[in-house]
Amino acid sequence: MHGVASALHAEPNQYFIIIHVKYLKKRLDTMAIPDEEFLLKTTSACAGCPSSLILRYVTKAAGADTVLVIPACCTSVIQGVYPTTAMNLPVYNVAFASAAAVASGMSEAFRAEGKKTNVICYAGDGGTIDIGIQALSGALERGTDFLYICYDNEAYSNTGMQRSGATPLGAVTTTTPGGKKDHKKDLDAIVAAHNPVYQATACAAYPQDLYNKVEKALSIPGPKFMHILAPCPPGWRFPSEKTVEMGKLAVKAGLWVLYERENGKLTITGASKAAMKKRIPVEDYLSVQGRFRKITAEETAEVQKTVEDTIARLQREVDGIC
Amino acid sequence: MLTFGTGNKAVAMAVRDAKPVVVAAYPITPQTEIVEEIANFVTEGSLAARYIPVESEHSSMAACIGAAATGVRTFTATSSHGLVYMCEMMHMSAGARLPIVMANANRALGPGWNIGAEHSDSISMRDTGWLQVYVSTVQEAYDATLMAFRIAEHTDVLLPVMINLDGFLLTHITQTFETVEPGDFIPPIATPHAIDINNPGGYGTLTPGNTHFKFRHDIERGMQASIPVIVETEAEFSRRFGREYHLYEEYRCEDADVVIIAMGTLGKEMEVAVDILREEGTRAGAIRMRWFRPFITPELNGKDVVVIDRDYSFGYGGVLAGELQAKSGCQPFSVIAGLGGQEVTYDDIAEFVRIRRPGTEHWFGVDD
Ligand SMILES: Cc1ncc(C[n+]2csc(CCOP(=O)(O)OP(=O)(O)O)c2C)c(N)n1
Ligand code: SF4
Ligand SMILES: [Mg+2]
Repeated sequence: MHGVASALHAEPNQYFIIIHVKYLKKRLDTMAIPDEEFLLKTTSACAGCPSSLILRYVTKAAGADTVLVIPACCTSVIQGVYPTTAMNLPVYNVAFASAAAVASGMSEAFRAEGKKTNVICYAGDGGTIDIGIQALSGALERGTDFLYICYDNEAYSNTGMQRSGATPLGAVTTTTPGGKKDHKKDLDAIVAAHNPVYQATACAAYPQDLYNKVEKALSIPGPKFMHILAPCPPGWRFPSEKTVEMGKLAVKAGLWVLYERENGKLTITGASKAAMKKRIPVEDYLSVQGRFRKITAEETAEVQKTVEDTIARLQREVDGIC
Repeated sequence: MLTFGTGNKAVAMAVRDAKPVVVAAYPITPQTEIVEEIANFVTEGSLAARYIPVESEHSSMAACIGAAATGVRTFTATSSHGLVYMCEMMHMSAGARLPIVMANANRALGPGWNIGAEHSDSISMRDTGWLQVYVSTVQEAYDATLMAFRIAEHTDVLLPVMINLDGFLLTHITQTFETVEPGDFIPPIATPHAIDINNPGGYGTLTPGNTHFKFRHDIERGMQASIPVIVETEAEFSRRFGREYHLYEEYRCEDADVVIIAMGTLGKEMEVAVDILREEGTRAGAIRMRWFRPFITPELNGKDVVVIDRDYSFGYGGVLAGELQAKSGCQPFSVIAGLGGQEVTYDDIAEFVRIRRPGTEHWFGVDD
């Protein structure tokens, strides 16, 4: 670390070394993902499931001294059926609306007993954005020492792909058979209003970025929040081998921006750095998913405009002019 | 130590003396003084607990669940709308076999808004797997709260316990009461299924029907096992601290021809009514039911029975009357009285006995 730090403060004629050290650091980071698996190969997830993919990296970053708190969602099912479990960590399954509040009590109890155990809520978009938002807001406001992760597959998948507050404009779900007429709720803005110590977005398609963020989040005491895009093959209607591709398209189109906000400072990360400057059209993302089969040209234009507005807003924040 | 205070204060002091590690609560009239007092104890340092000021009752029970799951002692308090708001978590806490202790200030449910005493709130939690005890004096509020921790945490039981005290009629009246040094009366909590990082397991995972019913049956086993634990706890309490409690309290029942049965503060008023009736020549007695869950059927031996319910199950009848009838085969004169804090005096109670018609229902203030 000392070497890296001094190299980064090097003189211009030492650029080669800087680049070299940066590359090495990147390699080291990749290698840092441990082989140990906490999500075993016996899950009952669908093929190409983003929730289990994300959970795999989350738990690798968190390590063994971790308890997962999971509300009703696909991940309640993925663990398998009693008396077996696909998780090699303590998992507390709780009521749909209650994850953040259960985690509050759990974290306080561990800290009171002098234990540093990570308490991680792993919840779907419905359990976060809709029914669980009150408990989440309360836990963030109270400064709970925990990490809340919302994996966002943009629908109530567990119950058969009904719309949620996270379902995007134009998407067909079983309760929006004509396509959703309302926009996706801006969860990140709601969370940001609570000033958590650490807030980040990530995407199932970029596990290294995701891993690094979970690791960093857990190194900071206080309330942490991560919002992770989870392209869901049966829900979004794309072939199950294309989960990663779908996530990459979302990032390249600027529909999903990878960033982290630490002590109020926003940093764009990974593949989104390029997407801030140059993006593929949103059609490239919308047209390959069956759920957007009924989207109108006006709605597509509206989605494109939302992307441009969001990117511009984030850029202003990065530049410190907001 | 002899002191004086309200029912709410007595509960708070018992909680202080039982030393929970986590208290999570949300205020509601007429319970507020309990949570305010506990917040004070925590702030001044007389209770070394974490006080979590949650944003709702659903979350107060959720936070207690999260804390209790790690194996620590927990407490919360609520009332009325707060209790029914946490209904989902009532099932979750009992189902997870977590020995959480909660005080409930019995209060009516709206609409319209009414903050008076009524048992409809706790009675509607009847089937959740929570033990329920109803108290009638400030002293009993203190004692029952202390005993609740020992009963809930007993490894034969491992079920949550709710202490019920009538809103205002007990939460807000001041009486003298004695606090104790519990010492090892409440042994250290040792939840056998507490989360263990070194022995990871899944809690509450998908459970198919052919296993689910076994867990349900286990809850009932815990309920039945709680009866000897309650008896033993009350006996030990009286040995150590000198105050006697029973599963239900009888008053002049030995030679009685008619017994009045009720829960909560009405149970004390009944005793005066019995004295009045005895002076008139009616051989009356009274039974104050303390434990509603587990339900303990009193010995009635063919006596006439007048049951006063401060609750009602619409389309069915008074709940206590119905349960007593089902369990004992008696034909009670079922009186519905005191809803929403409606005043019921001992004279009124004596009158219920005089006008009794076994097997019928009587709404006080409506049918007279
Ligand atoms: C109080 C309550 N209401 C409804 C449900 C039914 N339910 C279970 S999971 C779920 C949807 C979960 O959606 P989300 O949080 O997005 O997770 P996903 O299934 O998509 O992974 C619903 C509606 C429930 N379990 N509890
Ligand atoms: S519906 Fe989607 S998120 Fe749920 S298990 Fe299947 S692939 Fe995973
Ligand atoms: Mg979802």
